[in-house]
Amino acid sequence: MIAELGQFALILALCAAVVLAVLPFVGSFIVQPQWMALARPAALLQLLMMTISYFALTSTFITNDFSVLYTANTSNSQLPLIYKISGVWGGHEGSILLWVWVLAIWTGAVAIFSKHMPAILLSRVLSILGMISIGFMLFVLITSNPFERIFPVPVDGASLNPLLQDIGMAAHPPLLYMGYVGFSVAFAFAIAALLGGELDSATLRWMRPWTNIAWMFLTLGIALGSYWAYYELGWGGWWFWDPVENASFMPWLLGTALIHSLAASEKRGIFKAWTVLLAVLAFSLSLLGTFIVRSGVLTSVHSFAADPARGRFILFFLAIVVGLSLLLFAIRAHKLKSHANFELISRESALLLNNILLLVACAAVLLGTLYPLFLDALDMGKISVGPQYFNTVFAPLMLPVIMVVGIGALLNWKKDKLKGRQTTLLALIVLSLIAGAVFAMQFNPYKITAAAAIGLAIWVVASSAYGVYYRLRNKRNRLSAAMHTPAAFWGMTIAHIGMGVFTLGVALTSMFADEQTVRMGVGETHEIAGYEFRFDRIEDVRGANYIATQATFVVTKEQSAVSTLVAEKRIYNVRRDTMTEAGIDGGLTRDLFIALGEHLGEGQWSVRLQYKPFIRWIWFGTVFMALGGLLAAVDRRYRVAATTQKRAEAATKAKAVSAAAGAAS
Amino acid sequence: MLDRYQRITKTAIIRACVVLCLVLLPMGEAQLAETVLKFENDEQSALYLRLTEEFRCLKCQNQNLADSNADLAQDLRNEIYQAVVSGQGRQEISDYLVARYGDFVLYRPPVKKITYLLWFGPFVLLLFAIIGGWRLITRKPVIDAPEPSDALEDARRRLED
Repeated sequence: MIAELGQFALILALCAAVVLAVLPFVGSFIVQPQWMALARPAALLQLLMMTISYFALTSTFITNDFSVLYTANTSNSQLPLIYKISGVWGGHEGSILLWVWVLAIWTGAVAIFSKHMPAILLSRVLSILGMISIGFMLFVLITSNPFERIFPVPVDGASLNPLLQDIGMAAHPPLLYMGYVGFSVAFAFAIAALLGGELDSATLRWMRPWTNIAWMFLTLGIALGSYWAYYELGWGGWWFWDPVENASFMPWLLGTALIHSLAASEKRGIFKAWTVLLAVLAFSLSLLGTFIVRSGVLTSVHSFAADPARGRFILFFLAIVVGLSLLLFAIRAHKLKSHANFELISRESALLLNNILLLVACAAVLLGTLYPLFLDALDMGKISVGPQYFNTVFAPLMLPVIMVVGIGALLNWKKDKLKGRQTTLLALIVLSLIAGAVFAMQFNPYKITAAAAIGLAIWVVASSAYGVYYRLRNKRNRLSAAMHTPAAFWGMTIAHIGMGVFTLGVALTSMFADEQTVRMGVGETHEIAGYEFRFDRIEDVRGANYIATQATFVVTKEQSAVSTLVAEKRIYNVRRDTMTEAGIDGGLTRDLFIALGEHLGEGQWSVRLQYKPFIRWIWFGTVFMALGGLLAAVDRRYRVAATTQKRAEAATKAKAVSAAAGAAS
Repeated sequence: MLDRYQRITKTAIIRACVVLCLVLLPMGEAQLAETVLKFENDEQSALYLRLTEEFRCLKCQNQNLADSNADLAQDLRNEIYQAVVSGQGRQEISDYLVARYGDFVLYRPPVKKITYLLWFGPFVLLLFAIIGGWRLITRKPVIDAPEPSDALEDARRRLED
């Protein structure tokens, strides 16, 4: 009954989406205010129906209703409650339903928070979001219905993949979807701008906070996925350049470019067509990511051909969305004129360089991800493109971005001679390099590349901090001036500092990590990087829905206790999968990592010991970036704009009222 | 002279202590664990680690040999270990595996005709993008004057009439 209710709500949501996509859209062209006024209620109705539908599916998980096929395939009565709730997005059908729900949430949010947007713009933006909803709702209903029943009803469910029975993995997909579905809002604004033939700074001001928030979620989602891979997959790596990871990383790269070009477009009226194109591409890559992950094309191009309905649908939808938007861009982009000029040394140039490098980096990731698929599909041979390729191509493209991030932020718009800052900046460069050289002595062996990388990270932080000082240099009361500095400025600074923190983590982990696979029995010790690991005991323990072999290690450094680590090998009851749970001692300057390998007989185990210096800084850096994105989005400026508009509206209304009163008297 | 003798004796004593420690340690309560695989020197160990990260587990979705638990990956690891210990170099081992399994086994695709686009594409794109960006910056200044409005246009037409 609940499942049918869910399906019915989904169909009603589809109806709302159709109304949303058609009436306000047509109304905005033939100037029918009543039709346009339908946009907001339709968007809210769609959100309500999708919420009912989503909760209906969740309730079949919680109540163990295994007469629903998807629930029977994904859940199990033994599953802890939290994983029943997160299990809803543990399989294909549910995760696509989550995708559509998240889209409805974004659409509803735009409807709620954009009351003062011009009616024509608002109705077009919401309509375009409605069109995307139609596509995905049809996808769910036609190819991936999560509410389908099964008869005879199985006694119990097949259970959730143990890899996904983890808090990090429970939160990862919703964050990621909030991120890349969120780019649909920027996309809708871009298409509306193309349709209207203009992109003024008011529209751009509407666009910026939405893009920032989506980017923040995407940043957190990717970071959480990386952290999860680190502690749950049992290998101690944090990024694998896996196609699934790349699928979320490409929209991130373009989203980052978009945030920067939006700034230039809004403040200086330049790069307008370019900004629109980036918004279209960022969302297209989000769709491509959904296609890559959901079509089965990754396992092999042939498995995609074997079960083609889903893959074909998304590919078709992708082709329509990308094709139509690019066609529209080709026809209308010339209308979005950018008049302003700028000189070589200016903030515009820095943002242009940022955009060029991020775009090319994204193209490299795209090429590396799709190349093997295309070669295989064209029967031109099978190749693998792995981390060795991506690191070789990606690193030289990102290095200049990191080098100029601090300077770019303190350049003036239009034209800058760097007057009065050259000496300070030069001194900062030298000091950063010296600090890097000194700091690198902490590590063995001494590496000149490490000194350079640490120097670079310090330079990013130092130049960003100098940007703050430079902004406040002439203020009499620095503290109160700092309090009144716009949140957007702090957001930018914090995100850039995050970049430096991230760089430091990546450089130190990749250069000084130590790893050894050793044969150990109880009582034996092994030392890496100055830490002595003693195999203390091994025992069997029973978890909620698994049995584990648990190995305890005592770690000491120079005779003093550091920590006790517990590494597990779990066998899950229902699916009989074996899972490695690593034992990790996390710290600010290093992680110690133990994974229990196979039993070698006679009480001996293969044990993988790892020392990972500064690895947490990678995720700290991303948290800084996300925080920066959030701060930039909540800047008063965006709300002030809305209030001013509200006041103007009120004034017009008052005028109209008094005019009417005048006419009446 | 005496000084030098003292120093030598000192070194000798330290050395003796170290050797003694090494001999005695395994006899104590805590035994030193040994690495699962033994190599003649650190270069071999590093080469082995590097090779197992550069080759793909052939039947996994996307895992290198070092990380994979599959039987086939275990077999290949053993083969690479044997080859490394018998003194073969990186190129030799790589050539052997490519001859047997094709380019698919390599995570770093070889540079050849069908991968030119993969390896050089991004940098060619970068070149074009930089040229485009440069032209945008150095183009002749457009006068910031507003475009003639319809009213002006209208007036001009009337004047001409």
